[in-house]
Amino acid sequence: MVALDQTQVKDGVDQETVDAVREVGGEYKYGWETEIEMEYAPKGVSPDIVRLISEKNEEPEWMTEWRLQAYERWLQKEEPTWAMVNYPKIDFQDIYYYARPKSMEVKPKSLEEVDPKLLATYEKLGIPLREQMILAGVEGAEKAPAEGRKVAVDAVFDSVSIGTTFKEELKAAGVIFCSISEAIRDHPELVKKYLGTVVPVTDNYYATLNSAVFSDGSFVYVPPGVRCPMELSTYFRINAENTGQFERTLIIADKGSYVSYLEGCTAPARDTAQLHAAVVEIIVEEDAEVKYSTVQNWYPGDEDGKGGIYNFVTKRADCRGDRSKVMWTQVETGSAVTWKYPSCILRGEESQGEFYSIAIANNMQQADTGTKMVHLGKNTKSRIVSKGISAGKAQNTYRGLVSMHKKAKDARNYTQCDSLLIGDKCGAHTVPYIEVKNNSARVEHEATTSKVDEDQLFYCRSRGMDEEEAVALVVNGFCKDVLQALPMEFAMEAQQLVAISLEGSVG
Amino acid sequence: MLNINNLHVQLEEEDKQILKGVNLTVEPGKVHAIMGPNGSGKSTLSYVLSGKGGYEVTEGSATLDGQDLLEQEAEERAAAGLFLAFQYPVEIPGVGNMTFLRTAVNAQRKARGEDELSAAEFLKEVRAQAKSLKIDAEMLKRPVNVGFSGGEKKRNEILQMAMLQPKMCILDETDSGLDVDAMKLVAEGVNALRSENRGFLVITHYQRLLDHIKPDVVHIMANGRIVKTGGPELALEVENNGYADILAEVG
Ligand SMILES: Nc1ncnc2c1ncn2[C@@H]1O[C@H](COP(=O)(O)OP(=O)(O)OP(=O)(O)O)[C@@H](O)[C@H]1O
Ligand SMILES: [Mg+2]
Repeated sequence: MVALDQTQVKDGVDQETVDAVREVGGEYKYGWETEIEMEYAPKGVSPDIVRLISEKNEEPEWMTEWRLQAYERWLQKEEPTWAMVNYPKIDFQDIYYYARPKSMEVKPKSLEEVDPKLLATYEKLGIPLREQMILAGVEGAEKAPAEGRKVAVDAVFDSVSIGTTFKEELKAAGVIFCSISEAIRDHPELVKKYLGTVVPVTDNYYATLNSAVFSDGSFVYVPPGVRCPMELSTYFRINAENTGQFERTLIIADKGSYVSYLEGCTAPARDTAQLHAAVVEIIVEEDAEVKYSTVQNWYPGDEDGKGGIYNFVTKRADCRGDRSKVMWTQVETGSAVTWKYPSCILRGEESQGEFYSIAIANNMQQADTGTKMVHLGKNTKSRIVSKGISAGKAQNTYRGLVSMHKKAKDARNYTQCDSLLIGDKCGAHTVPYIEVKNNSARVEHEATTSKVDEDQLFYCRSRGMDEEEAVALVVNGFCKDVLQALPMEFAMEAQQLVAISLEGSVG
Repeated sequence: MLNINNLHVQLEEEDKQILKGVNLTVEPGKVHAIMGPNGSGKSTLSYVLSGKGGYEVTEGSATLDGQDLLEQEAEERAAAGLFLAFQYPVEIPGVGNMTFLRTAVNAQRKARGEDELSAAEFLKEVRAQAKSLKIDAEMLKRPVNVGFSGGEKKRNEILQMAMLQPKMCILDETDSGLDVDAMKLVAEGVNALRSENRGFLVITHYQRLLDHIKPDVVHIMANGRIVKTGGPELALEVENNGYADILAEVG
C-alpha cells in the first residue's frame, strides 16, 4: 500500500475509509507463518530421498518403482528455457523435498485428532476444516443459493494432506475424495489405471521431477452417472522454509458424471524463493464434465522481486470419451514466476475444452501462462479467453497452442486474448501457435493489447470517481468474462484480488 | 456561476493553439447556447472545463462559484457540481450501466461528505428517471454504452445528469443523432432540471433543440474565440444564413 501512504489524503475523505482501503489493499495478506515443529527429510534429491518419501507415505512397492524410474528419467532431462521468464538458477540439491508437521507422524484418524495449530492455520486463511456449509446454509444444498452450498476441503500443508472434510457424505454418493497417498494405499487399482496417463512421467522436466518426489495431493473419483453432491476443493499451504512443494492431483470423472473442483494456494512471505512444481491430471470419460477452478495466490515476492514462489505446474485434462467436457478457470495473482499451461486433449468426438484465465502481474512478477487445445476427435470445440494485466515492472506472456489434427473434422476453436498494461514499465506478450492439419477445422483468433483506456478513465472521473476507483471499475469490467465463469465463493475473492493487486499501480 | 476569462488553451503534445481567449459567464438559472463551425473549439472548451488531460492552459482562468476549476482534478470538479454530457460517450465493457451510475452517485456524495444512497433509494430514483427518458430496464443492466445506438447513448448521458443533479451542466451536441421524439425527450429531461440555481451551457449546431430548450443567451464561437453574443434570434440567424455573414462582420 505504498501508494496510499505516500498520497496526501484529501480533505473530506474520512479516516475510516482511508483505513479500510489501507487494510484491504495492504501487502500480501497470507504472508504469516505457522510456528510448528516440523520433520524434514535431508536436503536434496537422490534415490534414497525418493524411497524415503515413498516409505513415509507407506506406499506399495510398485509405486516406489514408478517413482525411481521417474527419477532416472529426470536425471537425463534438461531444465526448459523457452519460457519468457528470468530467475536465478535453482539448486535442486539445496531444497527440502519432504516436510511434515511432527504431529502428523501418526496419521490422525479424524479431523478431531488433528493438531489445533494446523486447524487454526486454515481457519485464519478463511478455510475452516469443519463440516459445515460455507456461511449459513441449509440442507438440500443443490438448490440452495450459492452462499449455502457445501464445499468439501482437502487441506495440504507442506508435504502432507492433513485432512479431508465431508468424506462420509461423499462416500455415500459413491465419490472418492481423499489425499493421493491414501488413494495409492486404498484404491491402487484406480491409481494404477490412471496415474501418468495424461501427463506421462517423461512429459517435461518439472513433471518428471514431480513424478519422482511428489509427496501428497488430492484424488477424486466420481463413478458413472454420479453428479458430485458438493464442490470439492483442495487448499495448498506452503509453510516450511527452503522446502519445495510437489503435489499431485488426479481427478477421474467416469461416464456421465459431473464434478466441480476448486484449488486455492498461499504461502508465507519469505526472502528466499521457493519451488512449487505440481502435476494435475484429469480424465473425463464419455458424457462427463469437469470444472476445475484455481485461485492462485502464492506469495509473489516483494516489490524488488525478492523471494516468492516459483510456480512451475503441469495441468492437463484428457477428454477421452465422446461428448466429454472440461473447463479450466484460473485467476492468477500470485507467484514470483509462473510457468503454467492447463491444457485439454480433445480425444472424444464432440468433446469440449474451455479455458478462462485472468493473470495479474504486479511489481517484479513474471507470468508465462496459457493453454493448449489439442483437437483429435471430430466436431471437437474449444474456447480460450485469456486476460493478462501487467502493472509495475511485471511481464505477462500468453502462450497458447491450438492444434487441429487430421481426424478432427469440423473442429472449432475460438481464442480471445487481451492484455492490459497499466503503466509503461511493464510488458505483455502474446505467443499463439496454431497448427491446422485439416481444412474443415476453423480457428478464430483475436488479440488486443491496450493501456487502460484514458478516455474511459476520464469518463469515469468526470462523473466523480477518483482515479483508483475508476481503474478498479474499468479493470473489473475487463475481467468480468472470466469471473463470471468462476464458482461464487471464488468470484468474490477474485474480485477483491483484482482490486488489491492493482491498488495504486497506475503508472 | 461559471466564469471563463480570457482562456487560452493549446495541445500538450504539439504547439497548436485551440482556444484563443474565450470569455464567457453563465449566471445561475440561465441557459446559454454555443454554436459555431466544426473545429472552432467548442468540444475543447467543454473538455478543458471538465478536466480532461492533454491540454495546456497558457493564459486565463475558469471558475465555478468562485472556485478555480483549472486547479482541480476532474472528479473534484464533478463533485463541485460540473457535468459534461459528452459529444461521443465512451463505452466501458463489462461494467453495468447501473453499477456505473451508482458508483458515480456515491463517489460524489462521499466527496461532499454526504451519506451514500442505499441500494433501495438509488434503485427507486434511477427507475423513475429512466422511465421519463424512456430508457428501459434492460438498458440499465447492459454494460455502459456498449452496443447502444447513437440516440441511446445520448439519452444515457441525460440520465446520468438527472441522477447526479449537477449545478452546472454542459451539453455537447446532445441533439446530434437523435430522432425527433428522442430530441423531445431529451429536451424535456433538460427542462425538468432547469431551476434558478442551475446553469446550462448547450453546444449545438441546430436551432431545433433550441426550440425545445429556450436559451437566454446565444454565443457564436469561431476559431477559438466567442465572436458574437446575442439573444435567441442569433440562433435563428445562423439557421437561416449560416456563419458566413457573422464571420465576415467580425472579420
Ligand atoms: N487532441 C487533439 N489533437 C489534435 N487536434 C485536436 C485535438 N483536440 C482538438 N483538436 C483540434 O482542435 C480544433 C477544435 O476541435 P473541437 O473538437 O473543440 O471542435 P468543435 O468546435 O467541437 O467541432 P465540432 O462542431 O465538429 O464538434 C479542431 O481543429 C481539432 O482538430
Ligand atoms: Mg465538438
